[in-house]
Amino acid sequence: MFRIAVSVKNELPDPRGAGLLKDIRDLGITTIERARVSDIYLLEGIISQGEIDRICKELLADPVVQEYSIADAPPPHGEHAHIIEVAYNPGVMDPVEESVMKGIRDLGITTVDSVKTAKRYFLWGELSEQAFQTVSDKLLVNTVIQHIVTKSEAASLPSTLYDFSLESIDLQSLDDEALIELSKNRLWLNLSEMKRIQGYFSQLGRDPTDIELETLAQTWSEHCGHKTFKSKIKLGQLVIDNLLKSTIMRVTEELDKPWCLSVFRDNAGVIDLDGHYAICFKVETHNHPSAVEPYGGAATGIGGVIRDPLGTGLGAKPILNTDVFCFGPPDFPYQSLPPGVLHPRRIFKGVRAGVADYANRLGIPTLNGAILFDERYVANPLVFCGTIGLLPKSMSQQGQQQPGDLVVLAGGNTGRDGIHGVTFASGELTADSEAISSSSVQIGNPIIEKKLIDVLLKARDRGLYRRVTDCGGGGLSSAVGEMAEDTGVRVYLERVPLKYSGLSYSEIWISESQERMVLAAPPSTVNQLIDLCTSEDVTATVIGEFTNDRRLQLFYNGNLVGDLEMDFLHHGLPQLEREALWEPSQHAEPDFSDNSDPPDLHKDLLRILSSWNVCSKEWVIRQYDHEVQGGSVLKPLVGANNDGPGDAAIIQPILDSDIGIIVSNGINPKYGDIDPYWMAASAIDEALRQVIAVGGNLNKVALLDNFCWGNPEKPDRLGSLVRAAQACYDIALLYETPFISGKDSFYNEYETGEDSVCIPPTLLISAVAVMEHVEQAISMDCKQKGDLIYIIGTTYDELGGSHYYGIHGFIGNSVPRVDPKKGKRLMDALSAATAKSLVRACHDLSEGGLGVAAAEMSFAGELGMVIQLRKVPLGNLNSGNTRDDIVLFSESNTRFLVEIAPEDTHQFEEIMAGVDCAAIGEVIDAKKLEVFGLSGESILSATLSELKEAWQKPLRW
Amino acid sequence: MANVKTLILHAPGTNCDMETAFAFEQAGSQVDIAHVYELLRRQKILSDYQIMVIPGGFTYGDDISAGKILANELRLKLGEEIQQFVDDGRLILGICNGFQVLVKAGILAAVTAETNHTLTLASNDSGRFECRWVYLRVHETSPCIFTRGIGSMYLPVAHGEGKVVAAPGTLNIALYYADETGNINAGYPYNPNGSIENIAGICDASGRIFALMPHPERFIRWTQHPQWTREPRKEYGDGFHIFSNAVNWVKTI
Repeated sequence: MFRIAVSVKNELPDPRGAGLLKDIRDLGITTIERARVSDIYLLEGIISQGEIDRICKELLADPVVQEYSIADAPPPHGEHAHIIEVAYNPGVMDPVEESVMKGIRDLGITTVDSVKTAKRYFLWGELSEQAFQTVSDKLLVNTVIQHIVTKSEAASLPSTLYDFSLESIDLQSLDDEALIELSKNRLWLNLSEMKRIQGYFSQLGRDPTDIELETLAQTWSEHCGHKTFKSKIKLGQLVIDNLLKSTIMRVTEELDKPWCLSVFRDNAGVIDLDGHYAICFKVETHNHPSAVEPYGGAATGIGGVIRDPLGTGLGAKPILNTDVFCFGPPDFPYQSLPPGVLHPRRIFKGVRAGVADYANRLGIPTLNGAILFDERYVANPLVFCGTIGLLPKSMSQQGQQQPGDLVVLAGGNTGRDGIHGVTFASGELTADSEAISSSSVQIGNPIIEKKLIDVLLKARDRGLYRRVTDCGGGGLSSAVGEMAEDTGVRVYLERVPLKYSGLSYSEIWISESQERMVLAAPPSTVNQLIDLCTSEDVTATVIGEFTNDRRLQLFYNGNLVGDLEMDFLHHGLPQLEREALWEPSQHAEPDFSDNSDPPDLHKDLLRILSSWNVCSKEWVIRQYDHEVQGGSVLKPLVGANNDGPGDAAIIQPILDSDIGIIVSNGINPKYGDIDPYWMAASAIDEALRQVIAVGGNLNKVALLDNFCWGNPEKPDRLGSLVRAAQACYDIALLYETPFISGKDSFYNEYETGEDSVCIPPTLLISAVAVMEHVEQAISMDCKQKGDLIYIIGTTYDELGGSHYYGIHGFIGNSVPRVDPKKGKRLMDALSAATAKSLVRACHDLSEGGLGVAAAEMSFAGELGMVIQLRKVPLGNLNSGNTRDDIVLFSESNTRFLVEIAPEDTHQFEEIMAGVDCAAIGEVIDAKKLEVFGLSGESILSATLSELKEAWQKPLRW
Repeated sequence: MANVKTLILHAPGTNCDMETAFAFEQAGSQVDIAHVYELLRRQKILSDYQIMVIPGGFTYGDDISAGKILANELRLKLGEEIQQFVDDGRLILGICNGFQVLVKAGILAAVTAETNHTLTLASNDSGRFECRWVYLRVHETSPCIFTRGIGSMYLPVAHGEGKVVAAPGTLNIALYYADETGNINAGYPYNPNGSIENIAGICDASGRIFALMPHPERFIRWTQHPQWTREPRKEYGDGFHIFSNAVNWVKTI
């Protein structure tokens, strides 16, 4: 075996080492002076010295900037260097290994049997044993997937034989307690579900096999079955039979928009784009895996959601990604971390890198997102990833296979990856989660997915298959099981290509290995399909055939290992019955009345701009490719220096057509602390505001819902879910914006013995809108001195859950509300004005209210602004009690700041007649923001540079 | 030559092929996106084309180092055809990952002998992948065919390994990173990766092989400009001229 270390030449700077050094300093360890990183390659096989020299010189080391060495074991290096070598655990596949194998074969060397990679870190400087341990635990090693190399290790996995024996489980003899015990930590089903299964097999007069139980557990899991949303919920006198149908889906049904082509049916919701093309959109979460292994968890999260459009209709090309993250505060004290929980900063960095590395490699622009922080996300971070796909309208409906069609598995090989990922996501995290879940986490391989996308779209256009679906949570069990619901299927599990030997038939069936798709191909084209895949180095294998007996039959080497009726599998799940409870919360109100000092609004504005939620996310955005595919029209960063916060993104999906797609999101869990109803209403309003702010209109806007909640078995959690879902119905209906797809993630709680920390109920609303002419787009940066600044919408005393209260340590109770009738009128009027190109700049008012919006417009445009608070149209404010801080920082919904050229004001005001709209200020040349209060005196004057610095500084990592 | 044919090479991980094809089509060329395996199997023949492009992407994941595996594949398996293509006086363009591939394959080298490498593209000084717009200045005396008549450009970069490392004075520099005023010594982030001599693009001695880290295909239409909502409109994006220069040059031969 050869152990090759490749390093940047000693005399040259090592950027990876410099990055590591910075991370070490962030831990508070300042005694390390220098750090460097080497790549280690372990090669096994019969390799001559000449061959190994060639491999090193021509492949592994760059002759200009790198050097290599070959040794048996990690050697000590240099004076005072602390050395640590980290490798992946057996079974965790680094995609680089496959690339190295290919590179070696291309050199004409065919005798290398296996390759394994590792990293070696060198640290120079004083480092105590304890500090060394801290660096290794907090930065270098994640024991879920990695270990420290102490001695020479084999590069290949030991070949393990799998001895077939059919495992069946004696259910009949089990009492309730034993049924629960069997379910716990394996099936995650409740007692009535376990009894339903027991009864079914009792009728059949036999015991279930392990694979049958696993199939049922996955199909009936919260993740796949959406049991909570479909349950019968009692909330006081109210009984809700299927929350999903009676709120979210009901909006779509009642609005009945002809441009909704496929909703709540396929892997993503589909709407018409221009009569020839359609677009589909799906947002998923990958929370639990990202908590345990941020990089791999997030990478497979984005990898998974990209396969949703690819598995929608007959397959859509992924054209845009969005991502929204919720983390604990980056400055959370290390000593307060619960056991088994990674620090928020590490989760943040790992998730960011995982999403960027995967999406950038696939060449899908990441154009929209948000990052929010709250201490309750420390143990349960949320990672939302979304993808929009483009497909011909004629292919937008889910396909249907015929009996006799073949089941083709295409893409990556199958390993033990993600086994029990779905069922794990349906339970709460505990300190043991790391250990239980170690097999559920994998590192994605984006190039396999890229090849799969490229070849599938070719196969689609040649009509080589009848139906496609993605292999995601639940693996083949879910994908094939769902696909064959109306026909029936036989699967021959030994045909599934494996990453390594030793998998049982059951593991093959439920493995969640990434980068796989399942197709239904007729016998007449299946060979062409497989030949096409093979020609582009994509593995495609016939693993079974569809039947007409509506049974799921699983075989392994000729043995029937599973045999379930589709009807029982898909319709046998008993409806849950759950109790919900909703009690309005009461929070302390700040009392400003006996505060004799006037508030320092200047300082408060800077503090809000510097808060984690509001501050610039440029550090993250720049590391995503938001230009690839050449379609971006409004990018995430806009303005005179390309660094202002754009409201929504716009892309032009077809390069020679003028039509555009607007993507935005709304999320504000802080309001949920007061009332989840108004939180949900605000999230919808925010997503729509952003569509309007960039020049869109409400004519063709579709919404997606992603609910992340705590344990729905607890009545208060469920009560708040009901409130939020009801708002989704009420608000979306009046805005006439249908939901087309959604997803939920429950059990986002962390058990600490007696106690349980629940995330704030979090609803992400994503909006996608069709824009007829991209040239009508508007950015939020101020454009021209002398232009007038108008505020559109009504400002109320709505500081409950606001950032202003937040920086003063309060939540309050006056949560922002939404009046969707008034809101729609307002948005329609404003979009009529933008369609006439009367609006030079537009920014929606959200976190931090008028103060933050004005500051952002100014520094993004490098032009100052003067505003008069007394001209702001006020709502229910009792004029006697109205204060400058309320007007400046209220977070009332449905409000915009717009910039209008002086010559256009008359026409603009005419169009806006009937909605609250007032000229409150002017764009000025001086680089400052000046605010005059209700009394007419200057209450705030800040330079643009101090405002921008406050906003940029926190995340300038 | 009236009918200009451009081959855009697609390998596993290539991801800028469609928009590069669009740019060449806009410039008046016929375009074929060819998988590298199709060339290896001789299903498509390089000599049928006058322009070969290696577009942006992460070929083979950019594993080991950016563009390395595709570079070896081209050098070892298609070396002769590519050499013939060069000898025939045709055009080769490498964008981003294509730059990395052309250099590491020795197709575009400081010193042509592959045993004497002095040129490479290394990790950005920032240690990060970065996507940002940069100001570029064309080297006035460069023989580069692609940059003829262009003085300056504004284009996006998106890469993690774009730092040109070479022995001083060994390259035919075609394109520099600069600031708004054309000053080429403006430092980071104007020079986004720490390239020596602020090099953004180079060519061979003939000017027919050109490679650059910025993406001209991402600025063809005016609405791709990051500040198009605040700037006076131009008919074409700055990147368009790179493609039209290539196509028009071929038309003259």
